[in-house]
Amino acid sequence: MANIDALNATGAATASVAPRLSDGPRGPKPKSALSPRNIMLYGTLLIVSIYYLLPLYVMIVTSLKDMAEIRMGNVFSPPVDVTFQPWVKAWAEACTGVNCDGLSRGFWNSVRILIPSVLLSMTIALISGYTLSKWKFKGSEVFFTILLVGAFIPYQVMLYPIVIGLREVGGFMTDIYQGTCGLFTAAEGACRGRVQLFGSLSGLVIVHTIFGLPINVLLFRNYFASIPDELFKAARVDGAGFWGILIRIILPMSLPIIVVSGIIQVTGIWNDFLFGVVYTRAESYPMTVQLNNIVNSVQGIKEYNVNMAATLLTGLVPLVVYFFSGKLFVRGIAAGAVKG
Amino acid sequence: MTNNSVEIRDLDLHFGAVKVLQQLNLDIHEGEFLVLLGSSGCGKSTLLNCIAGLLEITDGQIWIKGENVTWAEPSQRGIGMVFQSYALYPQMTVRGNLSFGLRNARVPKDEIERRVSRAAEVLQIGPLLDRKPAALSGGQRQRVAIGRALVRDVDVFLFDEPLSNLDAKLRADLRVELKRLHNQLENTMIYVTHDQVEAMTLADRIAIMKGGKIMQLGTPDEIYNRPQNLYVADFIGSPSMNFIQGKVNGMTFTAGDLSMPLDGYQFSGPQTDGQTATIGIRPEHVITGELVANAPMRTTVNVDIVEPMGSDTLVWADLAGKPFRIRMDGQATVSHGDSLEIGLDLARSSLFDTQSELRL
Repeated sequence: MANIDALNATGAATASVAPRLSDGPRGPKPKSALSPRNIMLYGTLLIVSIYYLLPLYVMIVTSLKDMAEIRMGNVFSPPVDVTFQPWVKAWAEACTGVNCDGLSRGFWNSVRILIPSVLLSMTIALISGYTLSKWKFKGSEVFFTILLVGAFIPYQVMLYPIVIGLREVGGFMTDIYQGTCGLFTAAEGACRGRVQLFGSLSGLVIVHTIFGLPINVLLFRNYFASIPDELFKAARVDGAGFWGILIRIILPMSLPIIVVSGIIQVTGIWNDFLFGVVYTRAESYPMTVQLNNIVNSVQGIKEYNVNMAATLLTGLVPLVVYFFSGKLFVRGIAAGAVKG
Repeated sequence: MTNNSVEIRDLDLHFGAVKVLQQLNLDIHEGEFLVLLGSSGCGKSTLLNCIAGLLEITDGQIWIKGENVTWAEPSQRGIGMVFQSYALYPQMTVRGNLSFGLRNARVPKDEIERRVSRAAEVLQIGPLLDRKPAALSGGQRQRVAIGRALVRDVDVFLFDEPLSNLDAKLRADLRVELKRLHNQLENTMIYVTHDQVEAMTLADRIAIMKGGKIMQLGTPDEIYNRPQNLYVADFIGSPSMNFIQGKVNGMTFTAGDLSMPLDGYQFSGPQTDGQTATIGIRPEHVITGELVANAPMRTTVNVDIVEPMGSDTLVWADLAGKPFRIRMDGQATVSHGDSLEIGLDLARSSLFDTQSELRL
């Protein structure tokens, strides 16, 4: 039975199509792949890609040549003798000031700055954004506005006040530490230690955390505002509290925005130069500052290959981050951007 | 000891200068199905949120099961709530959704298992227990949302427009299921809706709200047949009541040159002669066809517009210079320009004081 029905149906369908087919061709004219529109489109894309990729290419080939080959002046030609010596030198031997252990010192400094700064700023921003969107209190909107204004104040204005702030807070904490230290330990000399914020990595971590807050709180708050209030109310009726709702309901839904915030923070803090040079000392300079010192050193000959290798090494971390999270990044930006 | 399940005493809720709820008093009996009905912005959902403890009230008290819960956390009030958007936790399975509240309350595992399977059986969602909410249809989601309240063994169920997101057919099905569930569980249920069909069919009692106040609290029959004021009279019934303004003299209502006998109308108090009044007549109470001969009062109207709706026909006519709606049989054959003889039984109508808008 079913077969006959199916046959009938097919027959009917063919019958209805037949007159239209006999009329001749229908529908829009098929376009050739080499239409003017396509040539324009892909041509533009090609030119733009070359424009952006050419410097990268020049850097890579230069970093693989030795100085003799570079002096011949063929910037675009691939290396005749591939050598990794410039990379080794950039990483482990290049001198900045009195230190001659290359960029590796700066790399580890940057890692030591990056990890606590990212974790701290994101945790605080996530909790603040959650509070400002779902646990509104009297004055929470004012609080949020003040935070937003913070995002628009130029960093340069804050530089010197923060120097003083770090020095004073450090001094205050030293006073407390030395004043109460006898309570915890009786060891000889234990009380002479100082809390050093200005000029230390911990000071820089605090600065990065504070400056990361406005934009990240905004991101998290807007993302959480797009989660329906009813979900939150249901969880409250089900007996979940502030932390229970955050950890068991909100966090599992927040992966896209956590990725966005993570990328912004990782690349922002890794690429930071200004705070690094102002708030740390020579031995704890982050990678970017050290790169500058290697590239801009005025003594001796300019080692272009080492400079290129050093620059590529420094840019590797943000590059890897973008490479692996590009898709999530776009999704998160789209999710967090619309609602306010 | 009263047999009230929920008592609301002098409830005030202000958002800044806006008074959302004012001096609201409401007693809800044990096992009662109470519907809060009103148009958007009347404060019905707000009242429900206050009962649930999701909004901090400005003044007054809320008692549930003889306990003052005015300042208690939502989870401590013995309430379960079902939301319009279902509000299921998207990353949890149906089982996870149902057991979330119990896990928060640190109920033992085998007890959770027992209650979840019982709720799944009552709501017929057993085969769905390991699915995520995204893989469920609207009706199934709403059942899970009800189940989430069910497993917690609460005294009072709160429904916030639970059927509004469903299509018409499913809504009618779930309405019947809700009624069955109420008969089966015998819990107190408070149900917010703007749909008067839902209200009339489900409720033991209806509270009609407007501007943060309860306009009338009564059984569906009282609300429909004896509305206490013009607002309720106009709000309930579709198509809505016909209103004609005029005067009451003794047992006669006069509007222009039209005079109607009020024989059989039960006044709620003594009347003064010549009082300005508004009479409300439901379109379905207008007598047409062969029964007109027996009606207490007869008149003839001109048909303006006819709207056939299948089961019945809505006729727009003209009475005392005002549009007058008449609900007729679906098979009625009238058309524009006809003159139609109708009968009115004013014992079934409602009279209101035009100034105070209260029932006479």
